[in-house]
Amino acid sequence: MEQFLGWTENPILLVLLSLGQILLVTVVLLLAIAFLLYFDRKVLAGTMLRKGPNVVGPFGLFQSFADFGKFVLKEMIIPAGANKTVFMIAPILATTLSLICWAVVPIAPGWVVSDLNVGVLYLLAMSSLGVYGVIMAGWASNSKYPFLGGLRSAAQMVSYEVSIGFVLVTVILLSGSMNLTTIVESQTGGFWNWYAFKLPTIIVMFPMMVIFFISALAETNRPPFDLPEAESELVAGYQVEYSGTPFLLIYLGEQIAITLMCAMTSVLFLGGWHSPVGDLGLFDENTLAGLLGTGTFESLIGAFWFALKVTFVFFMFAFVRALVPRYRYDQLMRLGWKIFLPTSLVAVLLISGYVVYTSAAAA
Amino acid sequence: MEVIAFSILSAIVLIAAFCVIAARNPVHSVLFLILAFFTSSGLLVLIGAEFLAMLLIVVYVGAVAVLFLFVVMMLDVDFVELKQGFLNYAPFGGVVALVFFAEIALVASAMGASRPETFDASPNAETNVEAIGQVMYTDYLLLFQISGIVLLIAMIGAIVLTLRHRPGVRRQSVEEQTGRKRADAVELKDVRPGQGI
Repeated sequence: MEQFLGWTENPILLVLLSLGQILLVTVVLLLAIAFLLYFDRKVLAGTMLRKGPNVVGPFGLFQSFADFGKFVLKEMIIPAGANKTVFMIAPILATTLSLICWAVVPIAPGWVVSDLNVGVLYLLAMSSLGVYGVIMAGWASNSKYPFLGGLRSAAQMVSYEVSIGFVLVTVILLSGSMNLTTIVESQTGGFWNWYAFKLPTIIVMFPMMVIFFISALAETNRPPFDLPEAESELVAGYQVEYSGTPFLLIYLGEQIAITLMCAMTSVLFLGGWHSPVGDLGLFDENTLAGLLGTGTFESLIGAFWFALKVTFVFFMFAFVRALVPRYRYDQLMRLGWKIFLPTSLVAVLLISGYVVYTSAAAA
Repeated sequence: MEVIAFSILSAIVLIAAFCVIAARNPVHSVLFLILAFFTSSGLLVLIGAEFLAMLLIVVYVGAVAVLFLFVVMMLDVDFVELKQGFLNYAPFGGVVALVFFAEIALVASAMGASRPETFDASPNAETNVEAIGQVMYTDYLLLFQISGIVLLIAMIGAIVLTLRHRPGVRRQSVEEQTGRKRADAVELKDVRPGQGI
């Protein structure tokens, strides 16, 4: 970045540069999601002893692109009783809101569109806005099942946001910053420095990661918490009336939000771009790093580890979907309010006590 | 650049705020209200108060407005009836609007004299999170605690208002449900043919 600073004095070039960055992140993200969707279906198929998608392209790798073509070419049906404006805005909102979250996610050292000081809060704010896509879609369809799905989803997402917020507070306390890049940098070193495994806070932080993961499942309406679209009760919940491209947008927004939650788990608890065993002397001048320039090489390796971690967490998401039966709605609310909320609240107390104690001992 | 952004954002805020009262459908009103909240957080970002901007979105847009929308969507509003009541409420509403307008005019005229030329969003600190924290937990600690207690009382009040003990309701006990063993529910009997148990 720094070597280009000379010509980025010009505001128009600066705008073009950030537009280019945004485009790059979006395209790479959408391509990654195409293959993550395929991966998701393959995992589900594997647990059910099926083959899964295997027709389009080698091993069915291009299945997502075929699906994309199908959705785009399909007829877009707007129900006569629907509130047309809100009906069309809802899917656009769903996709946009989950895409803009990616602006603050640090992919590798220096690879972030916007290095906000309040990155964690920004993510919390934008993911809490995600509920509007669902609730607007449910209401605008003007039909019973979508409406019930929308209401369920609103209650569910608001409930689980609370415990997600408290889990985020523990990480913020440990790192002393709300900037995601700083949070990742404070986990430098091997996996024993990651917040999920760092001694002695592992006693509190590992359960916090589990709570974060489960709350992320509920926040993104994934099974076993997919009550907003429970097909045995609500046909397909808030997306019943959608078809063609608007349906594609809703679906895409959901997938982007899921991938974002995977990225957040790896950034907050699994050390982001850091390798699990330290840097292994890879960044010396006489290796490949010397050829590419140390910074670029480090970023490439970092992006690789980040992608690997995101894929691992996504695998967990896919596996949970295959293994766990759906919760009842009262069980879901009980888990969120009566178990996760008190647990994470106690964790905030413990972690802040630990932070105060260690900083007093250091001083 | 900032002037352009400010003009666009404040124009959107004003239009959205006008639409909140002009929209016929109450759900549309709430949606416009959300747009106004969201855009005003953009204005806060422009003056460098990004922490307040994010809080505005998390608290008002992410939680309060969702519940608001939740309630409005469930209401079965009769638009014709709403229109008929308009003239009855017009005088009272006019008085309230007049009072508000007078207050804002007073504040604006008082501000005009002492308005600072430059605005520092995070005085004496690196980020405005630190700036707010330093002031809130030292100078205004008592007020901060009192507002916490006020919120707690409001929360308890809401629970007390909605809590009703009706006789004859069978409540489920989660401990009982999860603590159930196979032996409690199923019993194997060796039934002889033609005899029954």
